[in-house]
Amino acid sequence: MSEHEQYADDLALYALDALRGEDRARVDAHLATCAACRLELEELRGDTALLALAAAGPRPPQRARKRLLDAVAREGRGADALSRTTREDVRPSRGQGGGPGWWGWLGWAATAAVVVFVLSLWRENSALRQTLVSASSQAAQSRRELEQLRRIARPILDPEAQRVTLVSTKAAPQPQGKAFYLRNRSSLVFLANNMPALPPHKAYELWLIPVSGAPIPAGVFKPDAQGSASVVNPVLPEAVEAKAFAVTVENETGAAAPTMPILMVGAGE
Amino acid sequence: MLSPQPHGISADLALVTGLKSGDQGAMAELYDRYSSVVYAVALRVLGDTGAAEDVLQEVFLQLWRKPSAFDAARGSLGSWLAVITRNRAIDSLRKRRPETDIEDIVLSVAPDLAGEAERARAAEKVRGVLGTMAPAQRSALEMAYWEGMSHSEIADKTGEPLGTVKTRIRAGLILLRKAFQG
Repeated sequence: MSEHEQYADDLALYALDALRGEDRARVDAHLATCAACRLELEELRGDTALLALAAAGPRPPQRARKRLLDAVAREGRGADALSRTTREDVRPSRGQGGGPGWWGWLGWAATAAVVVFVLSLWRENSALRQTLVSASSQAAQSRRELEQLRRIARPILDPEAQRVTLVSTKAAPQPQGKAFYLRNRSSLVFLANNMPALPPHKAYELWLIPVSGAPIPAGVFKPDAQGSASVVNPVLPEAVEAKAFAVTVENETGAAAPTMPILMVGAGE
Repeated sequence: MLSPQPHGISADLALVTGLKSGDQGAMAELYDRYSSVVYAVALRVLGDTGAAEDVLQEVFLQLWRKPSAFDAARGSLGSWLAVITRNRAIDSLRKRRPETDIEDIVLSVAPDLAGEAERARAAEKVRGVLGTMAPAQRSALEMAYWEGMSHSEIADKTGEPLGTVKTRIRAGLILLRKAFQG
Protein backbone atom coordinates (compact mmCIF):
# COMPACT_ATOMS: atom_id res chain seq x y z
CA MET A 1 0.00 0.00 0.00
CA SER A 2 3.04 2.30 0.17
CA GLU A 3 2.49 3.68 -3.33
CA HIS A 4 -0.91 4.88 -2.17
CA GLU A 5 0.19 6.77 0.93
CA GLN A 6 -1.60 9.87 -0.25
CA TYR A 7 -4.85 7.98 -0.07
CA ALA A 8 -4.16 6.07 3.14
CA ASP A 9 -5.44 8.74 5.53
CA ASP A 10 -8.36 9.63 3.28
CA LEU A 11 -9.48 6.02 3.22
CA ALA A 12 -9.76 6.02 7.01
CA LEU A 13 -11.97 9.10 6.84
CA TYR A 14 -13.97 7.50 4.04
CA ALA A 15 -14.51 4.42 6.21
CA LEU A 16 -15.81 6.69 8.96
CA ASP A 17 -18.18 8.28 6.44
CA ALA A 18 -16.39 11.55 7.22
CA LEU A 19 -15.24 12.33 3.69
CA ARG A 20 -17.71 14.32 1.64
CA GLY A 21 -17.99 16.46 -1.46
CA GLU A 22 -14.95 16.90 -3.68
CA ASP A 23 -12.60 14.99 -1.40
CA ARG A 24 -14.92 12.01 -1.50
CA ALA A 25 -15.35 12.24 -5.27
CA ARG A 26 -11.58 12.20 -5.68
CA VAL A 27 -11.23 9.06 -3.58
CA ASP A 28 -14.20 7.44 -5.36
CA ALA A 29 -12.44 7.97 -8.68
CA HIS A 30 -9.29 6.33 -7.32
CA LEU A 31 -11.20 3.42 -5.75
CA ALA A 32 -12.83 2.66 -9.07
CA THR A 33 -9.40 1.68 -10.45
CA CYS A 34 -7.55 0.40 -7.41
CA ALA A 35 -8.35 -2.98 -5.87
CA ALA A 36 -5.68 -2.61 -3.17
CA CYS A 37 -7.32 0.54 -1.84
CA ARG A 38 -10.78 -1.01 -2.04
CA LEU A 39 -9.51 -3.84 0.12
CA GLU A 40 -7.91 -1.42 2.56
CA LEU A 41 -11.21 0.47 2.78
CA GLU A 42 -13.02 -2.75 3.62
CA GLU A 43 -10.53 -3.52 6.36
CA LEU A 44 -10.83 -0.01 7.76
CA ARG A 45 -14.60 -0.37 7.84
CA GLY A 46 -14.12 -3.55 9.83
CA ASP A 47 -11.86 -1.63 12.20
CA THR A 48 -14.55 1.01 12.72
CA ALA A 49 -16.94 -1.73 13.75
CA LEU A 50 -14.58 -2.39 16.67
CA LEU A 51 -15.24 1.12 17.96
CA ALA A 52 -18.93 0.26 18.10
CA LEU A 53 -18.12 -2.28 20.78
CA ALA A 54 -17.04 0.48 23.13
CA ALA A 55 -20.69 1.50 23.36
CA ALA A 56 -22.20 -0.20 26.36
CA GLY A 57 -25.70 0.63 27.39
CA PRO A 58 -29.15 -0.55 28.37
CA ARG A 59 -30.96 -3.07 26.23
CA PRO A 60 -33.70 -1.76 24.02
CA PRO A 61 -37.17 -1.81 25.57
CA GLN A 62 -39.40 -4.84 24.90
CA ARG A 63 -41.89 -2.72 23.00
CA ALA A 64 -39.23 -2.11 20.32
CA ARG A 65 -39.16 -5.83 19.54
CA LYS A 66 -42.92 -5.98 19.19
CA ARG A 67 -42.92 -2.84 17.07
CA LEU A 68 -40.38 -4.31 14.67
CA LEU A 69 -42.00 -7.73 14.37
CA ASP A 70 -45.44 -6.16 13.86
CA ALA A 71 -43.99 -4.00 11.09
CA VAL A 72 -42.30 -7.03 9.54
CA ALA A 73 -45.55 -9.00 9.66
CA ARG A 74 -47.46 -6.11 8.09
CA GLU A 75 -44.94 -5.54 5.32
CA GLY A 76 -44.58 -9.10 4.14
CA ARG A 77 -42.42 -9.28 1.03
CA GLY A 78 -42.46 -8.06 -2.52
CA ALA A 79 -44.73 -5.21 -3.46
CA ASP A 80 -44.01 -3.04 -0.45
CA ALA A 81 -40.25 -3.11 -1.01
CA LEU A 82 -40.78 -2.60 -4.73
CA SER A 83 -43.13 0.34 -4.28
CA ARG A 84 -40.82 2.10 -1.84
CA THR A 85 -37.85 1.77 -4.19
CA THR A 86 -39.92 2.82 -7.18
CA ARG A 87 -41.19 5.97 -5.50
CA GLU A 88 -37.69 6.96 -4.42
CA ASP A 89 -36.17 6.41 -7.85
CA VAL A 90 -38.82 8.45 -9.59
CA ARG A 91 -38.87 11.40 -7.21
CA PRO A 92 -36.98 14.33 -8.81
CA SER A 93 -33.90 15.36 -6.87
CA ARG A 94 -34.17 18.36 -4.64
CA GLY A 95 -32.56 21.68 -5.24
CA GLN A 96 -33.05 21.92 -8.97
CA GLY A 97 -35.25 24.21 -10.99
CA GLY A 98 -36.09 27.69 -9.89
CA GLY A 99 -38.71 30.33 -10.36
CA PRO A 100 -40.87 30.77 -13.44
CA GLY A 101 -38.25 32.76 -15.31
CA TRP A 102 -35.65 30.06 -15.90
CA TRP A 103 -37.00 28.61 -19.16
CA GLY A 104 -36.08 31.74 -21.05
CA TRP A 105 -32.69 31.99 -19.39
CA LEU A 106 -31.77 28.51 -20.53
CA GLY A 107 -32.27 29.16 -24.21
CA TRP A 108 -34.42 27.21 -26.64
CA ALA A 109 -32.03 24.35 -27.38
CA ALA A 110 -31.40 23.57 -23.77
CA THR A 111 -35.10 23.88 -23.02
CA ALA A 112 -35.93 21.43 -25.76
CA ALA A 113 -33.39 19.00 -24.33
CA VAL A 114 -34.95 19.35 -20.89
CA VAL A 115 -38.43 18.78 -22.30
CA VAL A 116 -37.31 15.60 -24.08
CA PHE A 117 -35.69 14.40 -20.87
CA VAL A 118 -38.79 15.09 -18.81
CA LEU A 119 -40.96 13.25 -21.36
CA SER A 120 -38.71 10.19 -21.19
CA LEU A 121 -38.93 10.27 -17.40
CA TRP A 122 -42.70 10.52 -17.64
CA ARG A 123 -42.83 7.49 -19.92
CA GLU A 124 -40.56 5.55 -17.58
CA ASN A 125 -42.77 6.58 -14.69
CA SER A 126 -45.88 5.24 -16.45
CA ALA A 127 -44.16 1.95 -17.20
CA LEU A 128 -43.02 1.68 -13.59
CA ARG A 129 -46.53 2.40 -12.33
CA GLN A 130 -47.89 -0.44 -14.44
CA THR A 131 -45.25 -2.80 -13.03
CA LEU A 132 -46.25 -1.62 -9.59
CA VAL A 133 -49.93 -2.36 -10.16
CA SER A 134 -49.25 -5.93 -11.31
CA ALA A 135 -46.79 -6.48 -8.47
CA SER A 136 -49.41 -5.26 -5.99
CA SER A 137 -51.98 -7.74 -7.20
CA GLN A 138 -49.38 -10.52 -7.07
CA ALA A 139 -48.64 -9.53 -3.49
CA ALA A 140 -52.33 -9.67 -2.62
CA GLN A 141 -52.48 -13.16 -4.11
CA SER A 142 -49.40 -14.20 -2.11
CA ARG A 143 -50.97 -12.88 1.08
CA ARG A 144 -54.09 -14.96 0.45
CA GLU A 145 -51.99 -18.06 -0.12
CA LEU A 146 -49.97 -17.37 2.99
CA GLU A 147 -53.12 -17.04 5.08
CA GLN A 148 -54.33 -20.33 3.69
CA LEU A 149 -51.06 -22.02 4.57
CA ARG A 150 -51.19 -20.57 8.06
CA ARG A 151 -54.62 -22.05 8.55
CA ILE A 152 -53.32 -25.46 7.59
CA ALA A 153 -50.21 -25.17 9.72
CA ARG A 154 -51.93 -23.99 12.89
CA PRO A 155 -53.49 -27.22 14.11
CA ILE A 156 -50.28 -29.06 13.32
CA LEU A 157 -47.93 -26.71 15.13
CA ASP A 158 -49.98 -25.05 17.86
CA PRO A 159 -49.01 -26.49 21.27
CA GLU A 160 -52.67 -26.12 22.35
CA ALA A 161 -53.89 -28.43 19.63
CA GLN A 162 -55.09 -31.87 20.56
CA ARG A 163 -52.95 -34.58 19.06
CA VAL A 164 -54.34 -38.01 18.48
CA THR A 165 -52.44 -40.90 17.03
CA LEU A 166 -54.52 -43.69 15.61
CA VAL A 167 -53.02 -47.12 15.57
CA SER A 168 -54.30 -50.54 14.76
CA THR A 169 -56.43 -51.67 17.70
CA LYS A 170 -54.17 -54.65 18.16
CA ALA A 171 -50.96 -52.62 18.78
CA ALA A 172 -49.90 -50.29 21.62
CA PRO A 173 -48.92 -46.70 20.61
CA GLN A 174 -45.30 -46.60 19.45
CA PRO A 175 -42.97 -43.62 19.25
CA GLN A 176 -43.28 -42.18 15.78
CA GLY A 177 -42.08 -39.17 13.91
CA LYS A 178 -42.73 -37.53 10.58
CA ALA A 179 -40.27 -35.24 8.86
CA PHE A 180 -41.29 -32.82 6.09
CA TYR A 181 -38.22 -31.52 4.29
CA LEU A 182 -38.01 -29.00 1.45
CA ARG A 183 -34.46 -29.34 0.25
CA ASN A 184 -34.26 -26.29 -2.02
CA ARG A 185 -35.42 -24.05 0.82
CA SER A 186 -33.49 -25.87 3.57
CA SER A 187 -36.86 -25.98 5.32
CA LEU A 188 -37.72 -28.77 7.75
CA VAL A 189 -40.71 -29.53 9.95
CA PHE A 190 -40.59 -32.57 12.20
CA LEU A 191 -43.50 -33.86 14.29
CA ALA A 192 -43.25 -36.66 16.84
CA ASN A 193 -45.77 -38.61 18.91
CA ASN A 194 -45.62 -41.05 21.79
CA MET A 195 -42.06 -40.13 22.68
CA PRO A 196 -41.10 -41.48 26.10
CA ALA A 197 -40.20 -38.88 28.74
CA LEU A 198 -36.47 -38.44 29.26
CA PRO A 199 -34.29 -38.23 32.35
CA PRO A 200 -33.30 -34.69 33.38
CA HIS A 201 -30.59 -33.00 31.23
CA LYS A 202 -31.28 -35.30 28.33
CA ALA A 203 -33.07 -34.53 25.11
CA TYR A 204 -33.82 -36.07 21.76
CA GLU A 205 -31.85 -34.89 18.79
CA LEU A 206 -32.98 -35.05 15.18
CA TRP A 207 -30.40 -35.81 12.49
CA LEU A 208 -30.48 -35.31 8.76
CA ILE A 209 -28.54 -38.16 7.17
CA PRO A 210 -27.14 -36.81 3.91
CA VAL A 211 -26.44 -38.87 0.81
CA SER A 212 -22.76 -38.48 1.60
CA GLY A 213 -20.99 -37.18 4.67
CA ALA A 214 -21.66 -37.21 8.39
CA PRO A 215 -25.12 -36.86 9.96
CA ILE A 216 -26.13 -33.20 10.31
CA PRO A 217 -27.71 -31.94 13.56
CA ALA A 218 -31.27 -30.85 12.82
CA GLY A 219 -32.68 -29.80 16.15
CA VAL A 220 -32.91 -30.77 19.79
CA PHE A 221 -36.34 -31.40 21.33
CA LYS A 222 -38.08 -32.67 24.42
CA PRO A 223 -41.56 -34.18 24.41
CA ASP A 224 -44.42 -32.55 26.26
CA ALA A 225 -46.54 -34.37 28.85
CA GLN A 226 -48.44 -36.16 26.09
CA GLY A 227 -45.26 -37.36 24.39
CA SER A 228 -45.56 -34.96 21.45
CA ALA A 229 -42.81 -32.73 20.11
CA SER A 230 -41.97 -30.71 17.04
CA VAL A 231 -38.96 -29.12 15.44
CA VAL A 232 -39.61 -26.26 13.04
CA ASN A 233 -37.05 -24.89 10.61
CA PRO A 234 -33.80 -25.62 12.42
CA VAL A 235 -30.70 -24.01 10.93
CA LEU A 236 -29.43 -26.33 8.19
CA PRO A 237 -26.73 -26.07 5.55
CA GLU A 238 -28.17 -25.12 2.17
CA ALA A 239 -29.86 -27.61 -0.12
CA VAL A 240 -28.52 -30.83 1.37
CA GLU A 241 -30.01 -33.97 -0.13
CA ALA A 242 -31.41 -36.15 2.65
CA LYS A 243 -31.15 -39.90 2.45
CA ALA A 244 -32.84 -40.36 5.82
CA PHE A 245 -33.68 -38.80 9.16
CA ALA A 246 -32.90 -40.27 12.56
CA VAL A 247 -33.41 -39.56 16.26
CA THR A 248 -31.01 -40.29 19.13
CA VAL A 249 -30.87 -39.37 22.80
CA GLU A 250 -28.24 -36.78 23.71
CA ASN A 251 -27.41 -34.35 26.48
CA GLU A 252 -29.87 -31.47 26.36
CA THR A 253 -27.30 -29.08 24.88
CA GLY A 254 -27.19 -31.31 21.80
CA ALA A 255 -24.27 -33.14 20.23
CA ALA A 256 -22.21 -32.67 17.09
CA ALA A 257 -22.39 -36.38 16.22
CA PRO A 258 -25.03 -38.97 17.05
CA THR A 259 -24.61 -41.15 20.13
CA MET A 260 -25.60 -44.74 19.53
CA PRO A 261 -28.14 -46.36 19.65
CA ILE A 262 -30.33 -44.80 16.99
CA LEU A 263 -33.84 -44.68 18.40
CA MET A 264 -35.82 -43.89 15.29
CA VAL A 265 -34.95 -43.74 11.63
CA GLY A 266 -36.79 -43.31 8.39
CA ALA A 267 -35.99 -42.88 4.72
CA GLY A 268 -38.06 -40.98 2.15
CA GLU A 269 -41.53 -42.17 1.19
CA MET B 1 -40.25 -26.49 19.72
CA LEU B 2 -37.19 -24.76 18.28
CA SER B 3 -33.68 -26.05 18.73
CA PRO B 4 -31.05 -23.82 20.41
CA GLN B 5 -29.31 -21.91 17.62
CA PRO B 6 -25.56 -22.17 17.19
CA HIS B 7 -23.67 -18.90 17.08
CA GLY B 8 -21.21 -17.82 14.48
CA ILE B 9 -20.98 -16.53 10.97
CA SER B 10 -22.48 -19.55 9.22
CA ALA B 11 -25.53 -19.38 11.48
CA ASP B 12 -25.97 -15.71 10.61
CA LEU B 13 -25.81 -16.49 6.90
CA ALA B 14 -28.44 -19.19 7.36
CA LEU B 15 -30.72 -16.68 9.09
CA VAL B 16 -30.22 -14.08 6.37
CA THR B 17 -31.11 -16.76 3.84
CA GLY B 18 -34.27 -17.30 5.88
CA LEU B 19 -35.05 -13.59 5.56
CA LYS B 20 -35.01 -13.91 1.80
CA SER B 21 -37.76 -16.51 2.03
CA GLY B 22 -39.77 -14.15 4.21
CA ASP B 23 -39.13 -16.17 7.38
CA GLN B 24 -40.29 -13.90 10.20
CA GLY B 25 -38.84 -16.30 12.78
CA ALA B 26 -35.39 -15.68 11.31
CA MET B 27 -35.97 -11.93 11.69
CA ALA B 28 -36.92 -12.39 15.34
CA GLU B 29 -33.80 -14.47 15.93
CA LEU B 30 -31.56 -11.86 14.29
CA TYR B 31 -33.21 -9.13 16.31
CA ASP B 32 -32.63 -11.05 19.53
CA ARG B 33 -29.02 -11.55 18.59
CA TYR B 34 -28.10 -8.04 17.53
CA SER B 35 -30.63 -5.53 18.83
CA SER B 36 -28.48 -4.72 21.87
CA VAL B 37 -25.47 -3.88 19.66
CA VAL B 38 -27.56 -1.74 17.31
CA TYR B 39 -29.40 0.05 20.11
CA ALA B 40 -26.21 0.72 22.09
CA VAL B 41 -24.51 2.29 19.07
CA ALA B 42 -27.56 4.39 18.16
CA LEU B 43 -28.05 5.54 21.73
CA ARG B 44 -24.42 6.53 22.13
CA VAL B 45 -24.55 8.64 18.98
CA LEU B 46 -27.96 10.19 19.51
CA GLY B 47 -28.19 10.33 23.30
CA ASP B 48 -31.97 9.95 23.10
CA THR B 49 -33.85 6.69 23.67
CA GLY B 50 -36.72 7.57 21.33
CA ALA B 51 -34.40 8.48 18.48
CA ALA B 52 -32.29 5.39 19.16
CA GLU B 53 -35.39 3.19 19.00
CA ASP B 54 -36.29 4.74 15.65
CA VAL B 55 -32.84 3.94 14.25
CA LEU B 56 -33.11 0.41 15.67
CA GLN B 57 -36.41 -0.02 13.84
CA GLU B 58 -35.06 1.41 10.57
CA VAL B 59 -31.92 -0.73 10.56
CA PHE B 60 -33.76 -4.01 11.07
CA LEU B 61 -36.58 -3.09 8.70
CA GLN B 62 -34.00 -2.25 6.07
CA LEU B 63 -32.41 -5.66 6.58
CA TRP B 64 -35.85 -7.26 6.23
CA ARG B 65 -36.56 -5.43 2.96
CA LYS B 66 -33.13 -6.00 1.48
CA PRO B 67 -31.46 -9.05 2.99
CA SER B 68 -29.33 -9.36 -0.14
CA ALA B 69 -27.52 -6.17 0.87
CA PHE B 70 -25.54 -8.25 3.34
CA ASP B 71 -24.33 -10.79 0.76
CA ALA B 72 -21.74 -8.38 -0.49
CA ALA B 73 -20.18 -8.08 2.93
CA ARG B 74 -17.55 -10.55 3.94
CA GLY B 75 -17.12 -10.30 7.66
CA SER B 76 -19.74 -10.72 10.32
CA LEU B 77 -23.34 -9.57 10.26
CA GLY B 78 -22.96 -8.00 13.70
CA SER B 79 -20.09 -5.78 12.57
CA TRP B 80 -21.93 -4.87 9.39
CA LEU B 81 -25.00 -3.89 11.39
CA ALA B 82 -22.83 -1.83 13.74
CA VAL B 83 -21.40 0.13 10.81
CA ILE B 84 -24.80 0.67 9.18
CA THR B 85 -26.33 1.75 12.48
CA ARG B 86 -23.60 4.20 13.29
CA ASN B 87 -23.81 5.74 9.81
CA ARG B 88 -27.59 5.99 10.00
CA ALA B 89 -27.47 7.51 13.48
CA ILE B 90 -24.85 10.08 12.46
CA ASP B 91 -26.92 10.99 9.39
CA SER B 92 -29.86 11.54 11.71
CA LEU B 93 -27.76 13.50 14.19
CA ARG B 94 -26.33 15.75 11.52
CA LYS B 95 -29.58 15.93 9.55
CA ARG B 96 -28.05 14.90 6.28
CA ARG B 97 -28.78 12.41 3.54
CA PRO B 98 -27.02 9.05 3.55
CA GLU B 99 -24.01 9.04 1.28
CA THR B 100 -23.60 5.29 0.76
CA ASP B 101 -26.15 2.59 -0.08
CA ILE B 102 -26.12 -0.26 2.42
CA GLU B 103 -25.22 -2.82 -0.22
CA ASP B 104 -22.04 -0.89 -0.89
CA ILE B 105 -20.93 -1.30 2.71
CA VAL B 106 -18.40 -4.10 2.59
CA LEU B 107 -16.27 -5.10 5.55
CA SER B 108 -13.52 -7.63 5.85
CA VAL B 109 -11.77 -9.26 8.77
CA ALA B 110 -14.36 -8.01 11.26
CA PRO B 111 -14.93 -9.75 14.58
CA ASP B 112 -17.89 -12.05 15.12
CA LEU B 113 -20.23 -10.10 17.40
CA ALA B 114 -22.93 -12.71 17.72
CA GLY B 115 -22.44 -13.92 21.28
CA GLU B 116 -22.75 -11.76 24.39
CA ALA B 117 -19.61 -13.28 25.84
CA GLU B 118 -17.54 -12.60 22.72
CA ARG B 119 -18.87 -9.06 22.58
CA ALA B 120 -18.02 -8.39 26.20
CA ARG B 121 -14.46 -9.71 25.72
CA ALA B 122 -14.00 -7.69 22.55
CA ALA B 123 -15.41 -4.57 24.22
CA GLU B 124 -12.89 -4.94 27.05
CA LYS B 125 -10.08 -5.14 24.55
CA VAL B 126 -11.29 -2.09 22.62
CA ARG B 127 -11.60 -0.03 25.80
CA GLY B 128 -8.11 -1.16 26.74
CA VAL B 129 -6.65 0.01 23.43
CA LEU B 130 -8.50 3.33 23.64
CA GLY B 131 -7.16 3.76 27.16
CA THR B 132 -3.55 3.45 26.00
CA MET B 133 -3.96 5.89 23.10
CA ALA B 134 -2.66 9.45 23.38
CA PRO B 135 -5.60 11.59 24.49
CA ALA B 136 -5.47 13.75 21.35
CA GLN B 137 -5.64 10.64 19.18
CA ARG B 138 -8.43 9.06 21.15
CA SER B 139 -10.54 12.21 21.12
CA ALA B 140 -10.02 12.77 17.36
CA LEU B 141 -11.17 9.20 16.71
CA GLU B 142 -14.18 9.54 19.01
CA MET B 143 -15.20 12.90 17.56
CA ALA B 144 -15.13 11.41 14.09
CA TYR B 145 -16.88 8.20 15.13
CA TRP B 146 -19.48 9.18 17.70
CA GLU B 147 -20.15 12.73 16.62
CA GLY B 148 -19.65 12.34 12.89
CA MET B 149 -17.36 15.35 12.76
CA SER B 150 -15.34 15.84 9.59
CA HIS B 151 -11.58 16.15 9.82
CA SER B 152 -11.77 19.89 9.15
CA GLU B 153 -14.31 20.34 11.94
CA ILE B 154 -12.03 18.43 14.30
CA ALA B 155 -9.05 20.52 13.18
CA ASP B 156 -11.05 23.70 13.81
CA LYS B 157 -12.16 22.50 17.22
CA THR B 158 -8.76 21.27 18.43
CA GLY B 159 -6.59 23.81 16.64
CA GLU B 160 -4.52 20.98 15.14
CA PRO B 161 -3.39 20.95 11.52
CA LEU B 162 -5.65 19.15 9.06
CA GLY B 163 -2.98 16.64 8.06
CA THR B 164 -2.27 15.74 11.70
CA VAL B 165 -5.93 15.06 12.41
CA LYS B 166 -6.25 12.80 9.38
CA THR B 167 -3.12 10.82 10.22
CA ARG B 168 -4.12 10.43 13.86
CA ILE B 169 -7.49 9.01 12.97
CA ARG B 170 -6.06 6.44 10.62
CA ALA B 171 -3.32 5.48 13.08
CA GLY B 172 -5.95 4.99 15.77
CA LEU B 173 -7.94 2.57 13.62
CA ILE B 174 -4.77 0.63 12.80
CA LEU B 175 -3.99 0.35 16.53
CA LEU B 176 -7.40 -1.22 17.07
CA ARG B 177 -6.87 -3.54 14.13
CA LYS B 178 -3.53 -4.74 15.46
CA ALA B 179 -4.98 -5.47 18.89
CA PHE B 180 -7.36 -7.94 17.28
CA GLN B 181 -4.86 -9.50 14.97
CA GLY B 182 -2.47 -10.65 17.69
